[in-house]
Parts: sequence; C-alpha cells; structure tokens
Amino acid sequence: MLGAPLVWLGVVYVGSLAALLVTSLWVQDSFTSEVFRTWTLANFRELLSEPLYRTVLLRTLLIAVLVTLVDLALALPIAFFMAKVARPRTARLLVVSCLMPLWASYLVKAYAWRLLVIDNGVLESTFGASPGFGITAVVLTLSYLWLPYMILPIYSGLDRLPDSLLEASEDCGARPWRTFASVVWPSILPSVVAGSIFTFSLTLGDYITIKIVGGASQMLGSLVYDQQSLNLPLAAAIATFSVAVMGIYLLLVRRTGALDQL
Amino acid sequence: MKRSTIGVTMSVLALTLAGCGTSSGSKSESTPGSEGFTPPEVPMQKTVGKGEGAVNILAWPGYAEDGSNDKTVDWVTPFEKKTGCQAEVKYFGTSDEAVSLMKTGDYDVVSASGDASLRLVAGGDVAPFNTELATNYADVAPFLKDKSWNSVDGQMYGMPHGWGANLLMYNTKIVKPAPTSWSAVFDDASKYKGKVTAYDSPIYIADAALYLMDTQRDLGIKDPYALDQKQFDAAVALLKKQRQNVGEYWSDYTKEVSAFKAGSTVVGTTWQVIANLTKDAAPVKTVFPETGSTGWSDTWMVAAEAEHPNCAYLWADYIVSPEANAQVAEYFGEAPANLKACKETSDKSFCDGYHAEDAAYAAKIHYWSTPITQCLDGRTDVKCTDYAAWTKAWQEIKG
Repeated sequence: MLGAPLVWLGVVYVGSLAALLVTSLWVQDSFTSEVFRTWTLANFRELLSEPLYRTVLLRTLLIAVLVTLVDLALALPIAFFMAKVARPRTARLLVVSCLMPLWASYLVKAYAWRLLVIDNGVLESTFGASPGFGITAVVLTLSYLWLPYMILPIYSGLDRLPDSLLEASEDCGARPWRTFASVVWPSILPSVVAGSIFTFSLTLGDYITIKIVGGASQMLGSLVYDQQSLNLPLAAAIATFSVAVMGIYLLLVRRTGALDQL
Repeated sequence: MKRSTIGVTMSVLALTLAGCGTSSGSKSESTPGSEGFTPPEVPMQKTVGKGEGAVNILAWPGYAEDGSNDKTVDWVTPFEKKTGCQAEVKYFGTSDEAVSLMKTGDYDVVSASGDASLRLVAGGDVAPFNTELATNYADVAPFLKDKSWNSVDGQMYGMPHGWGANLLMYNTKIVKPAPTSWSAVFDDASKYKGKVTAYDSPIYIADAALYLMDTQRDLGIKDPYALDQKQFDAAVALLKKQRQNVGEYWSDYTKEVSAFKAGSTVVGTTWQVIANLTKDAAPVKTVFPETGSTGWSDTWMVAAEAEHPNCAYLWADYIVSPEANAQVAEYFGEAPANLKACKETSDKSFCDGYHAEDAAYAAKIHYWSTPITQCLDGRTDVKCTDYAAWTKAWQEIKG
C-alpha cells in the first residue's frame, strides 16, 4: 500500500531536489552552454567566496523576515475577528474573501502593485507619496500576496481554541493583553509557525515580484532565474542555498516543538 | 523498514540521475570558445519536401508577428496559408535565453544574433544551412554572407535576416536637451537618477566598452567584445557607477515599453520596435549616437534535430522573401538582409534611412558577438576576458 505513494514522493519530490543537488556539482561551458558532468565543488566555492551572493542572501532573508512580520501583524487581528468576534455566517464570508485573491493570477496581482507604486501611480496620486520601485515595494507586494497563507492557519488555530479558556482567563482577572500573551499566543503558536513557513519559504523562492516592482535589485530567486540561462549548475547551486536555509529554518522550528502540535 | 525503503529509493534515484543529464553526451572537451573550433558533425539537409504541417519558431520579439499585437502587422498567417505549416512562435529576450531554449530541442528554427549563433554551432544545436534550398538566398546582401557570425570554415549556418543598431531612447518632455551620445546613460546619467534603464544581459558590458573606446582613448579599446582585464575592469567600473542611477533593467521588451509609457524610465538603450510600440502613449524619440553603437546581425538557423525540418526551411526562406523581409524590417526597425526587400517597403526611403545597401555603414556597427579568451581584435600578447567573466561581472554590477 505504501509503495506507490512512496515512489511518487520519491520521484517527484525528492527526485527533483536530488536532480538540483546533482546539477549543482557539474560545470557548464560558458560558450556552448553545454553542461559537463564532471564532479566539482567549484560552484559552491564561488557562492561562498563571492561577496555578491552573501549580500543577496542577506537581502533575501531580510525581505523574508519583514514579509513574515508584516503578514503576522495583519493576520492576527483579522483571524481573531473571524474566529472569535464575527458571527458564523460573517466568519464564513470572511474566509471566502480571504481565499478570493488566490483565485486571481499571481502576475495580475504583482502588476497591479506595479501600477500602485510606480511614479505618478495610484499611491502617489492618492496619498502624495509612494515607496517607488525597490525593496519596500517588494515587501509590500509579497506581504499582500502571501497574506491568506498566514491568515488561514491562524484562523483555524484560533477556531480550535475554546472560548471558555478566554472567559476563564478573564474571570481570573487577566486583562486582554495578559490573556493574549498567556493563553492565546501559546496555543496558536503552532499555527503562527505554520503560517510563517509559508510566507518565509514562498518569499525565499520568489523571483517574479522582484523583477516587477523591485527596480534594479536582486533576490536569490531572481539570481537563479537569471543564471539558469547563463550557467545552469551555478543556478542549481544558488537554489540549493535557499533549500539549505529553509532546512535550517524547519530544524529550528522543530526544536521549538511547534511542529508536533500541528 | 520505512527508512531503508526511502534510502534505497533515493540512492536509486541518484544513480539514475547521474546517468542521464542535460547534455547530449560526454564528447571530448573542446576548449571553450577557441578560435577555429571544429563544429560537431551535424548532417546538412539535402532537399526540402512537403511541409510537416507545423513549425516551432524561436524568435526575437517582432520577428514573427501574427497579428495578435497589431492587426495590421501579420506575416505569419500568409506563411501558414502558403505552406500549411502552423507556426507556434516563442519570443525570447536575450541571446542567453535563446541558447538555453534551443538546448531543449523543442524548436525547429531560431533567429540568432551574433552572440548566440556560434555558441549554437559549437554546441551542435543547429545544422549547417543548405543555401541552395533557399530561393531568396541569392538576393541577400553580399556583405552578410559567409561572415564570422554566421558561418564556419566557409559553410553557412543559416539565412541572414537583417541587421541594425541598438539605439538611445529618451522621453522628449523630460530629457532636455536631446541627447546625442551614450554619455546620457553613463557620465550624465545622474541627471535622471532612478529613471535610467539598461539592457539586462552581460553583453551590455560591450556598450560601456564602446563608450570608453571614445572617451578614454588611453585604454586602447579597439573592439568592445575584445577586452583585456584592464579594459574590462574599466567597463565594469563604469557600469557600477551607472547602476546608481538605473531604475530598472530590462530584458523583456514589454517591460521597457511599460516603463517608458508610465514615465518611470526616461532614458536608456532600446530597439526601434520598442520605440514604435511606445510612441503612441509617451513622447519618446530614438537617436543613433554619433560615436556609434553596438548592434545585431541576425541569422535564421535550423535546429540540428528539428522535428519539422521542411517547415523550418520554408520559414527561413519565406521570412527573407522580399515582401516578408520588408515587413519585418519596417516593423522592427532594422535593415533587411534581402536587397529586393527595399522595393517592397511602404516607405520608399526606408532602406536609405537604415543604410541597408551600405556595406561601409554596416561595417561600423559593433555587432554582438561572444567574447572569448583569444582577443577578437587580433591581439595575441594578452588574454581577453571570456563570456564566463562577463556573466559573473554582470551579476556583480547589478549587486
């Protein structure tokens, strides 16, 4: 029974990751673009020795952290309202409206943000100021794009939290902030972690938003995208980089024990 | 038990993966980009039979218009009607993209510029071109035949299509006085900080080298594609300075169109076709800078393992026929390869404007070609920087 799904998982999932790792150990002839299957760590040496990759990695991590924080700050009140304040009917409507943006194409939404932040664009004509193309615009756009992935897990976490716990806390004299810190936050932490895995990993691999609203700057994803036609093995090595970062992130998350409760 | 199954699956996978790969085989390693390389043996087609009913075209934007961008611009549909080959067109933004897309083997015919053509030949991705099978080859300008970018050892590898120069485009309302030289995007770029654009490809380093050729004569640059380390460093430094003022780089032509339309970009390098698509929505003009420019000379090449070789030949011949060649040339804004096309253009002075018959002018444009270790300008006392170095530097410039 286990065989078929395991093979499927192996071929499709682990297989493509293995292909990535294997490719990163090859070299490419820069003239003919031919990939030679000679085993070498040169690509990884270059990743570590070139300051460019460190800069871009740090920039990407910073963007991923900021996006996660922005999404968290936005998702918490929305999810709380949906789970604890709104009537069931309203809550259902709100869940649907959270899911709605996922039906629209990613590109359409990213280009919509391009029109928002562009010089003399919507933001500037409405509020008199716009961040323009750059890192700020990237953080805003990605936060918008991944927001549903943060709201939904937190919503389901809050939904599972019995109202009686909140009441008990109140009865014991806790103020709202204390209730949030001691009762709500610990019990929804696994959901927050789940949401952050989405926002963090999706940002780490994103290569389109940075091209559309990022101006001239680069992220790990766009480096991979640009390199895949110039130097495929190096592109694979850079991609391995973000897989490694995500692996470390998941390990850290596991250590906190948050994954066990999911 | 579970764990060992996974382990076995993974090691089996690793073995399979090591066995198959992206390259076509472990052929003897030729020196990359060595001059006088021997192209791999690829058979040349002897006859053109009936069309296969379909053809997959890989083209520069604007080279294979089927009326979907502009109803009046359509030369693909007449081709389909004439030959019965249904054309599937894919546009690419840079030569690197073209080379890597050709490696997939999904395309029958490609419009390759000089910085892609020899790489395709050396990689065995394209077949020698049988010029006897193309009726329009006889009318192609003689100065485009048997050139270093489209032939090897006297064997043509494709059908010359057209040539032209990269131009400087600017917004006439904002950029005043009208720029006449590339200094508008280099030394004077800070005037339009954040609104300057540049072409997003390592080959753009040649544009900086060309500018230095004129402004820093002591560097002794003779050919912008043959840069020794010192010349190369100077060009890279210039581009790093330019980077401070660049708002966005472009390789997707629609991106530059939208940036100029919105006014977020006001000056930068362009192709005439981009200006044509922009000028209805924004006040833009193009100029051929007085000190010259980099440019392209394109060739239609047939894939070595084309699925539809007959349709590929029919296309390569059709697109260089006087009528079609004239339409493409006028739409894209370049000189047509077929000299008879000059009689078919809607604007009768078109070919004069683009110097289509002027071999001396054609020689002045620095056509895209792939930089290699052996200096293309003939110097033998130094080593030149190769495309790998250009690629690396380009990512550093963008930072």
